[in-house]
Amino acid sequence: MSDQSVIIEDEETAPVEISSVHHQLGLTDDEFDRIRAILGRDPRPAELAMYSVMWSEHCSYKSSRVHLKRFPTAAPWVVVGPGENAGVIDIGDGWYVALRIESHNHPSFVEPYQGAATGVGGIIRDIFTMGARPIALWDSIRFGPLGQARNRYLLKGVVAGIAGYGNAVGVPTVGGEIGFAEHYSNNPLVNVMCLGLMRREQLVLARSGPEGTRAILLGAGTGRDGIGGASILASTPFDAASSQKRPSVQVGDPFEEKKLIEACLELYERDLVIGVQDLGAAGLSCAASEPVAKSGMGIDLDLDLVHVRESGMNAVELLMSESQERMMAFVDPSRVEAVLAVAAKWEIDAAVVGTVRDHGNVSVNHGGETVAEIPAASLVTGAPNYERPLGEPQWMEDLWSNTVKFVAQPAIATALLQMLDDPALASKAWAFEQYDHMLFLNTVIGPGHDASLLRVKGTDKGLALSVDGDGRLCYLDPRRGGARLVYEGALQVALTGARPLAVVDNLNFGNPEKPEVMWQLRETIEGISEACEALGMPVIGGNVSLYNETNGIDIYPTPVVGVLGLAAPLPSPPPRLDRALAGMELWLFGTEWAINLAGSTFELVTFAHIGGRPTAPDPTAGRAALQAGQMLAQEGVTPVLHDISSGGLALAVAEVAISSGVGVTVRYSDWRHLFCEDPHRFIAAVSPDAAIRVAGLAAEAAIPAAPIGEFGGNEIVFDRNGIRAALDLGVATSTWSQALSRRLA
Amino acid sequence: MKARIEIVRRPEIADPEGITVVRALHDLGFGEVTSARFDRVISLEVEGMSTEAVTARVEDMCRQLLANPVLEDFRVVIDP
Amino acid sequence: MTRVAVVVFPGTNCEHDTVHAFRSLGADAELVWHRQDTLDGFDAVVLPGGFAHGDYLRTGAIARLAPVMGPVAGMARAGRPVLGICNGFQILCEAGLLPGALIANSGLAFLCRWVEVEVISDRSVLTSLARPGQVLRIPLNSYEGNYVDPSLSGRVVMRYVDTPNGSQGGAAAVTNLDGNVVGVMPHPERGSDELLGSADGLILLEGFLASARVGAGV
Repeated sequence: MSDQSVIIEDEETAPVEISSVHHQLGLTDDEFDRIRAILGRDPRPAELAMYSVMWSEHCSYKSSRVHLKRFPTAAPWVVVGPGENAGVIDIGDGWYVALRIESHNHPSFVEPYQGAATGVGGIIRDIFTMGARPIALWDSIRFGPLGQARNRYLLKGVVAGIAGYGNAVGVPTVGGEIGFAEHYSNNPLVNVMCLGLMRREQLVLARSGPEGTRAILLGAGTGRDGIGGASILASTPFDAASSQKRPSVQVGDPFEEKKLIEACLELYERDLVIGVQDLGAAGLSCAASEPVAKSGMGIDLDLDLVHVRESGMNAVELLMSESQERMMAFVDPSRVEAVLAVAAKWEIDAAVVGTVRDHGNVSVNHGGETVAEIPAASLVTGAPNYERPLGEPQWMEDLWSNTVKFVAQPAIATALLQMLDDPALASKAWAFEQYDHMLFLNTVIGPGHDASLLRVKGTDKGLALSVDGDGRLCYLDPRRGGARLVYEGALQVALTGARPLAVVDNLNFGNPEKPEVMWQLRETIEGISEACEALGMPVIGGNVSLYNETNGIDIYPTPVVGVLGLAAPLPSPPPRLDRALAGMELWLFGTEWAINLAGSTFELVTFAHIGGRPTAPDPTAGRAALQAGQMLAQEGVTPVLHDISSGGLALAVAEVAISSGVGVTVRYSDWRHLFCEDPHRFIAAVSPDAAIRVAGLAAEAAIPAAPIGEFGGNEIVFDRNGIRAALDLGVATSTWSQALSRRLA
Repeated sequence: MKARIEIVRRPEIADPEGITVVRALHDLGFGEVTSARFDRVISLEVEGMSTEAVTARVEDMCRQLLANPVLEDFRVVIDP
Repeated sequence: MTRVAVVVFPGTNCEHDTVHAFRSLGADAELVWHRQDTLDGFDAVVLPGGFAHGDYLRTGAIARLAPVMGPVAGMARAGRPVLGICNGFQILCEAGLLPGALIANSGLAFLCRWVEVEVISDRSVLTSLARPGQVLRIPLNSYEGNYVDPSLSGRVVMRYVDTPNGSQGGAAAVTNLDGNVVGVMPHPERGSDELLGSADGLILLEGFLASARVGAGV
């Protein structure tokens, strides 16, 4: 790797004239000067390497921290908020759950299988480093249109990687989403969310303990994987030279991680560790410094003791390596033997590599020389906090006034069939049948529905989780779009009978050096925050991925929001998409006057149009929808509950009909109601004898509700005063089932 | 010494990967390919004095672990 | 109480589900580490699903060398009930306790979905309480689920109604001559609760436990 050779070939302890080297590591001149000011001298190569990874965008959030402060983060059930490896909430009965979402966008563009696989590995480690057993995964992935071979290659590789790693490591993937748009062609998005479960006594934080505590490195040997991944890959946009960055991609070993999970869980159960930190981006640099900095301590680290996979690695390589499947445990000296024995039992390597000291520095030794001596706190909290310029794009007003004027009603059945054939909307079974979604016997509602629903064995409770992202909506209005994603996720969770409790977010944006991108980021954060406050939900963690830009073109601002809810009790059986029967009524909940088609899938699919301003969310209506959905699900009076989002009412109804294998007739008066995607609305299948009770519950929740059709027959029919537009159910089903798989054959 | 072991799929065992690759090659215009089979090569570094002794030991390794006789045959080549 | 050993190799992941399902039927199921070299006191043994040794080299190839496999073979020879589920089926074949082998699904993709299997014979410790012709709905979850048996000596006791993976003769579960060693590719323990989709798997697990109580193969 020629761009590394300047440092690697000549490792010395004396400072080296390396003024251009810091650029290669992704540090600006100002950042370099800042480091010099902190140290009072020029940095040594290993020191510069550590700053470069710890101060990278991916690790330090230097461009976004100032805006992330806006998120509401407090609630009585929050045990651990943002700032640790995962958020943790108390679900009662002595159980805590941990939740985190992370992105692995840039590595997945370079090597889709390993990029996705190591993304899964990384997020799982963030969960079990908190003391929890990882019990479920979700993935939210986005690619360019499948007409291009490269996008098919990326999709297949990413799904194979998630399956290959997730299945082998033994964590089920129980839900997710796949989206497509042209601007993701060179910037695919791979976001992965993981949930963990633990007894409250098991919670462990990334702390180092007092002077004398030993640092034990557990897991795979350290090699040259992904060197500079955090600093180089995740912090810069792509250009034609990107393929040369291939050696930087990490390679995952799910078997090693499985053994590591079991070993760590045994360490926690036997109370053998003071603190734990996983090695992710910034590898050893982070794992050695962050826990000690958080405890106000320092560490003496001896790189000679690190167990390695490749020979001849120098200090810089050892400190920057992103070799996977490694954890750092902080252990009282009296427990070291016991920890090493647990590692041996599970056939994982372990080495005592350091000792916690009260000098406050990260002091690194290699080959008998001191190669780094820097204040631990400066690595963790010393990164600059950029307030980058931001400004509303000049084209927003034009975009909002760019609406389609419809002169006649379109052919409804044709439009619906087009949407059913759209891979973004059609069945994702091609993907999720490659994922083990049943392991652990917790999956009550798995992939192919709205929110996932997991039971908590030993209790009568359930956990509901949704994951939703939207680039188009946020491009048209980042504040409204961000807010609507929160409402959408919360509603999906409520429709399983759960109360939404917490949010995690993954913010995928373009180049932060552009004012309009920073504006989009700020606005999206504001929208998410407003919605969370309106619904009483804290943000308990998140991730920011910037620089998703290629050849000057940014992706649409694409926040991905995960919502976690608690169903107490777990409805048995819960509402799903496939329980409609002939003779049931179709009901619509929420406002009837939804006709705004701005940003709708209908306009995109039928007219290739994106424009207009999406409807703002309405907190009152949003809360009413949540309350109604949760009550209906808990009472069991609606076998089917399904929220209206992409594709509007028409697609929502079709999805229920197809999943249930029964036709349906929908009565409408204004065709725009069929395709509008305004928020806070859902549909239900209701047995006639439950209708009165359903109406009563809707009134109690103060949400408009009315029957608008019935299930039966073998067609999907849209009826306006007797004028029928019909789509054969068999045709709809086969189109929807094959839309994705046939494009990948 | 270096031992190069070829683990060869027995012809009567279906090889869907091979079939898929032939189809893909035909799509690219390489119609002259009539079949493909996925075999594996395992390279071992072995301490030993004589080629005969090492070959015998490596063949034992194949029979006991490295090849599954239901599915695979093996060939061992030693490079001193 | 019937004591069932559920073996755990590094990389196994279905052991807790398997124990859970057997305990729900009143059996005493316990985890046994792969390095243990005795199964004294157990009436039956199960090799559960997962990725023993990461499936490295070949699925089940390294697991079959574990110390516990000696006693497993001993139980098989003694006519005690031995069940391999998914990865466990793969290990039993590699160990020579069942004929044939499992190779990649014909579609070359991992398959996780509900399948219908038809019981062909009740003469095995797994199917002893089921009826020939009975159709059960249980989950399949595998990449190497495709059974091949060049010797044609395996007895198929369950077959897929609609074979999803190319399995020879649609074989979903195979037994030895005495019917006491059974390999099944779909997961009975995952079809053990209506709340999760089906409880059809229980009849298979109950048959296995009943055979263990009787103390012999069928």
